[in-house]
Amino acid sequence: MAIDRALEGVGGFLDDRFRGAKGFRTLFKKIFPDHWTFLLGEIALYSFIILLLTGTFLTFWFQPSMTQVVYHGSYTHLDGVRMSEAYASTLHISFDVRGGLLMRQIHHWAADLFMAAIFAHMLRIFFTGAYRKPREVNWLIGIVLLTLGMLEGLFGYSLPDDLLSGAGLRILEGVIQSIPVVGTYLAFFLFGGAFPGNDIIPRLYILHVLLIPGLILALITAHLFIMFHQKHTQMPGKGRTDQNVVGAPMYPYFMAKTGAFFFFTFAALALASTFAQINPVWLYGPYTPVAMSAGSQPDFYMGMLEGALRVMVPWEWNVAGHTFSFNVFVPALLPLGVIFTGAALWPFIEQWITGDKREHHVNDRPRNAPTRTAIGIAVITFYGVLWLEGANDVIADHLDIALYTTTRIAQVSMFVAPVVAYILTKRICLGLQRKDQHLIEHGVETGIIRQLPSGEFIEVTHPLSEEERAKLGSITPPPSLPAPDSADHNGIPAPGSHGAIGKVRARLNSILTESIEVTGSNGHGNGHGGPGTDGNGHAPGEHEHAAVPAGAVPAGAVPAGGSQEASLGAGEAGSSSDDGGGSGDGAGHDGSGDEDSGYRDSGYDGTDN
Amino acid sequence: MRWITARRRHPAAGYAIVALMLVAIAVGYAALTGADSSASASAPSAGQQQIAKGQEIFARNCATCHGLEAQGTAVAPSLIGVGAAAVDFQVSTGRMPAKEPGPENPRKPPELSTAETLDVAGYVASLAGGPAIPSAEAVNPAAGSVAVGQQLFIANCAQCHNFVGAGGALTYGKYAPALTQATPTQIYEAMLTGPEAMPVFNDTTLTPENKRDIIAYVVQTRSEPNPGGFSLGRVGPVTEGLVAFLGLLLFMVLAALWITAKQGKPEEHE
Amino acid sequence: MSETNGHGELPGDAPDAEPAGPHRVIGTPPPAEARTLLGDREPDGGKVAPRELPADPADLRKAKAAERLVAALFILAMLAGIGFIAAYIGLPAGSMDAVLRSNLALGGSMSVAFLGLAFGATIWVRHLMPDVELTEARKPLASPAADRAAFAETFAEGADASQFVKRPLLRRTLIAATLPIAVAPIVLLRDMGPLPGTSLRHTVWRNGVRLMEDVTYTPIRPADFSSPGGMITVIPEGYEYDDDALAKAATIIIKFRPGQLQPPTVLNWTVDGIVAYSKICTHVGCPVSLYEQTTHHILCPCHQSTFNAPKGAEVVFGPAARPLPQLPITTDAEGYLVASSDYHEPVGPSFWERG
Repeated sequence: MAIDRALEGVGGFLDDRFRGAKGFRTLFKKIFPDHWTFLLGEIALYSFIILLLTGTFLTFWFQPSMTQVVYHGSYTHLDGVRMSEAYASTLHISFDVRGGLLMRQIHHWAADLFMAAIFAHMLRIFFTGAYRKPREVNWLIGIVLLTLGMLEGLFGYSLPDDLLSGAGLRILEGVIQSIPVVGTYLAFFLFGGAFPGNDIIPRLYILHVLLIPGLILALITAHLFIMFHQKHTQMPGKGRTDQNVVGAPMYPYFMAKTGAFFFFTFAALALASTFAQINPVWLYGPYTPVAMSAGSQPDFYMGMLEGALRVMVPWEWNVAGHTFSFNVFVPALLPLGVIFTGAALWPFIEQWITGDKREHHVNDRPRNAPTRTAIGIAVITFYGVLWLEGANDVIADHLDIALYTTTRIAQVSMFVAPVVAYILTKRICLGLQRKDQHLIEHGVETGIIRQLPSGEFIEVTHPLSEEERAKLGSITPPPSLPAPDSADHNGIPAPGSHGAIGKVRARLNSILTESIEVTGSNGHGNGHGGPGTDGNGHAPGEHEHAAVPAGAVPAGAVPAGGSQEASLGAGEAGSSSDDGGGSGDGAGHDGSGDEDSGYRDSGYDGTDN
Repeated sequence: MRWITARRRHPAAGYAIVALMLVAIAVGYAALTGADSSASASAPSAGQQQIAKGQEIFARNCATCHGLEAQGTAVAPSLIGVGAAAVDFQVSTGRMPAKEPGPENPRKPPELSTAETLDVAGYVASLAGGPAIPSAEAVNPAAGSVAVGQQLFIANCAQCHNFVGAGGALTYGKYAPALTQATPTQIYEAMLTGPEAMPVFNDTTLTPENKRDIIAYVVQTRSEPNPGGFSLGRVGPVTEGLVAFLGLLLFMVLAALWITAKQGKPEEHE
Repeated sequence: MSETNGHGELPGDAPDAEPAGPHRVIGTPPPAEARTLLGDREPDGGKVAPRELPADPADLRKAKAAERLVAALFILAMLAGIGFIAAYIGLPAGSMDAVLRSNLALGGSMSVAFLGLAFGATIWVRHLMPDVELTEARKPLASPAADRAAFAETFAEGADASQFVKRPLLRRTLIAATLPIAVAPIVLLRDMGPLPGTSLRHTVWRNGVRLMEDVTYTPIRPADFSSPGGMITVIPEGYEYDDDALAKAATIIIKFRPGQLQPPTVLNWTVDGIVAYSKICTHVGCPVSLYEQTTHHILCPCHQSTFNAPKGAEVVFGPAARPLPQLPITTDAEGYLVASSDYHEPVGPSFWERG
């Protein structure tokens, strides 16, 4: 047997020295859950590897020097033009090195894809709650990686010293210069004197090829190791609990899939670099501080900062011989600073508000965390408005909107749109939850109409499969904190809710945990109908819906409301939402409705609380 | 003579007669009409007839807005002193006659023919002079230096028209148009006369050589191939970012969906 | 990898063993390494653990078709890879057209190679590997209390033995010793740049320095720059190649009709309706030279700060907070435009010490 011989040979050699049999076996058998959203982080990982490979290629020819030379190379349109060695070497790579242009383009497209994938991955983590304990540290590492990626990209596209990126460096210098007290010193230290100086390109070079990639590599390693060690989260479904991982083993399945995905990443980048020209620096011309082009933007991941600069009002204070340039350092630091700080603190804020200190390994479906999802969408909207404003002159030109109007629209939208987005998203999530609950209770419509002996027409419904039921109904709501004014019969307020901060916490908790309870139990009245009907709008004795299997409780569901009831005690909180499905509802149903009709006689008294 | 009459019934005799008569008429006509028709390569000088024709075209197409004497009205500026170059630019790019009021007059298919354009230009020039239409040699792209033109363009034009002349936004709905369709003459005339919001670069500020270099840059760059693939409009990072999200990321998401899709057994229901 | 192949036989078993009864072992038992490394063997002999992974997919016929497809894709990828190498060798760079061809060929072959590998690998996983869904238990991440206690004990013992906690003098002096060395690298960065001093307050413009047209580097007479609505960029004479100077000294001049220039434009600083403003935007420093002849607005393309040129370049829109500084100009003996002094205020973006 060839495998056995190979194992004896190489495997034996290594094992004799490193004792790997048990460790590798554990690694090979490690289960990886499967969902397409779990591959978003891999896009970033493989893009990074491709960045390293193509970047190394580029370093063999790139000259990080601002010494002025006169160009006499292959791009004849710039023959005789004065330019820096950095720019000239970039032209050399593009036009005189075989494969040079391709490598440059793959490198730049990979940088764009790296950042886009990080955004997508970060949003997936946020909306599924995968940042919760025990993964808070990994979330923080991710935010640091995002920041480092932005810097790395900024420094990277500034290296060729062309007109477009040079303008970006000028803006960077102006922003640094505006910082109170230390601004001018920082600017002069970074640029080695007045702008542009002779030092910035070589300095950015070493940051770009050594320091920051080293940091990113180390953090990615930590990021992956933590993920391995803690095991990946999984999407809710049949048989999936917080105590297991369901999926396929690393060897050979995950290795094969991830390998295929690496080839897809490389293929996508190769396709883009063949058919979509990116960063044609020869068209921009060498940098000169005296000229500028219309429609100058940074790469998209810096676009939000650019938009913030454009949208700001001209606010400046001159006090006692000193200038506070609010119009510059506020947009540069505040919006993105708030978003990143908020994102970094969010897992801990959420933990404080909900009081939820449990480990979580099953993801939330975004609809099952309506407030969190709504907050996320609101932040995305805010970011997006500023991002679009960063391209406002291009948008004005191509969509025929007056230039100043785009800025006015952005100035208003940046405050109004997130609020609207929050409200809309939350309502949509709650609606989706109600739909899920409806599906669980009533099954799926089949479109088949049947006439009952009494003459009534009903639609036959088909109950959900086990898998579907498990997926829909497997949320584990966090333990609710008591309402702000609740107290036990001795007047002692519930723990965690006294004092001003406690009241704030309890109030925030009721907002954050607002959600429709979606469970697999059948006994849920939902407010249909009036007198003469049971709690659900049907005349007694009728089965409108096809039979629901008795006692069907989804495998992954924690018995509904257990921990909630314990903390609620006698004080029924007024924080339940309408429709009888709120978290304050003392629904202790666990599938006791095991007759055909499902919910007729579950003990529910037909009235809402 | 006998030689001819002996062949009067030859099959080709008729044809020979006709050919002979044609040659005779041609020679006679050429002899009679004289030699004052030399084709001139320079811009047509405005003879009296041309000016009169131009005035008539002006009255038909332009006077409603610009006034019968081209003195200007509330809706359109005076054209006295703008010169033939300005008229040629506006009319040959189709901007004039303007169809509807707006922040800027867009390029559209010209309404007047080349001859009519030259006539009107001659008429307007006759009012009070002004910049003349440049000669073909003055706007010849092959005679200009692209490298010098690149520097001049970046220094003076790119802030409105973008690095390669892909256009840009101005205020209140105005815009600097893309230079993809402008002819060398039109580019020269625009620089010279400063149409609408564009500043004026007269010939003592940007010399005719400078202007020719700029024309060389614009013409050669817009026809330059894109070695890296499709140009995405040469707009810059905005379109590149769009492609990164809507192209690359979407492609990867589709690949991820395929790789992780459940194989085989259909579900009982959705 | 079956557990019951030849290597797995117990010593002494013949292929067609007689049933039952003890029997003598003939010959030496096979050496330990004859057994596989990965066989699952129960100690009570002979029973093998069930497979965790099936050996083959469910539909073998489909798998055969898939195998052929995957092989074809891999062969395509191989050919594309060879094509890549051939294109590299055969297609030169060195001109626009050559690079266009080369990029297309290299990129195209690379794309096909990777796509072939990607599609092939995916079909392999999806249709050639059997479908499995396995479960693995998670252990709680927190260590058991006993382990934590043991660690705490070890740590405490070590801390005791190190004397670090018990001897504050040692501890504090250690920290004091390492602090300066830890801080020193920051100090080492001091020479990264000079102190700004007052350099941001001045440009290189002085009385008598000629205004030279950018790129062409020719001086300008007012009579030549006489078309109303004209605008051009000018740089100080002698600094054509000094980017550091130009980054602050770049200036634009605009020609107005008589009477159009108004205060706060300083009319004493103009010549014949020609006014000179700094080209460096007072927002964050982009060159600002987008001039709209009809509205007389100077628009900065970076963030749309707009300045009203005939009225002292005051800000009319956008994030800039200060007007563009005006350069005092006059003419010299030969009639060319010159500066009559430096700007009367710092140019460019604001800074803390600006006042």
